[in-house]
Amino acid sequence: MTRVSHELDERLRAAAAATGLLDLAYDVLDDTPVGPLLVGVSDRGLARISFDADPEPQLEQLARLYGPRILRSSRPVERVRRELDEYFDGRRRDFDLELDLRAAPAYHRLVLEKLARVGYGHTTTYGALAAESGNPRAARAVGTVMNRNPVPIVLPCHRVVGANGSLTGYGGGLDRKEWLLRLEGAIL
Amino acid sequence: MAVAVPPFEIFYDAHKDEVLAFLRKRVGRDRADDVFQDTFLRALRAYERLEHGEHLRAWVLTIASRLIVDGARRDRPEARLASEPGGEDERPAYEELAPLTDGLPPKERAAVVLRYGYDLDYDEIGDALGSSEQAARQAASAGVRRLRKEKP
Repeated sequence: MTRVSHELDERLRAAAAATGLLDLAYDVLDDTPVGPLLVGVSDRGLARISFDADPEPQLEQLARLYGPRILRSSRPVERVRRELDEYFDGRRRDFDLELDLRAAPAYHRLVLEKLARVGYGHTTTYGALAAESGNPRAARAVGTVMNRNPVPIVLPCHRVVGANGSLTGYGGGLDRKEWLLRLEGAIL
Repeated sequence: MAVAVPPFEIFYDAHKDEVLAFLRKRVGRDRADDVFQDTFLRALRAYERLEHGEHLRAWVLTIASRLIVDGARRDRPEARLASEPGGEDERPAYEELAPLTDGLPPKERAAVVLRYGYDLDYDEIGDALGSSEQAARQAASAGVRRLRKEKP
């Protein structure tokens, strides 16, 4: 049985990305301190970071959101990989990446923009973020926005905690939230 | 309902090994890698215009076949007839077939083009269409009958 070699396969994937025709290029970062991450990049910027790193079950959904020309390719994801590595090493406090938030509804985008201003090592609360987004009583809705954050870590939903200081919840699981806040020195 | 166009990754992963095997058989190991890349890049370029996800296997093998014929013509224009699949008898070449078969139902069209344009065997065509050898034979002959009726 003929099999495409790793080399030929990678060559095709790099060439496909170089055409600029991909709706989304993705790769799996296998060994980050918070486990494997799936990272998706479009021609507009970083579109997706997922703690569910198995691509297979997500491809159909990603195709509906971004288009069917989706391919695993490491080159387009390289910059995100580097910035995440630096962040995990404690050498980076802010990300310098274009974001593609087109899949998020308007209200989500509004809240995510406010979230982006919560700095490294700081925390805010769901209620405070709701107030900043125009409706102080929308803490629950803000929780939903955090839960569906398309690019966690880079948009720091881990910095949003309950009014009493409890960690409350995290799309990637509380262990990861705690790890990220410890990394940033926001908790001891 | 039409089958949705799958994510390109799934399409590529499903057909890459077979396309490479097909190319190695036709143009040899050395050239197969280059044509392999051209095949899937061309498929990527055309992917946006696909209206459904049916017969993708026949589709990508057709792209590969076309690239082989184009390459052979470029390399050795004088050897054109000998290198063209189906060129040894009166079978129409693939590019004469393509416009003629435009009006056929997709399965019959694929069967006719793969049989008479690219000289694939019925078991290969059956594989490409995801059906039996017998069904491929029937689709090709139904296509030919329809062509005779429609284009006297």
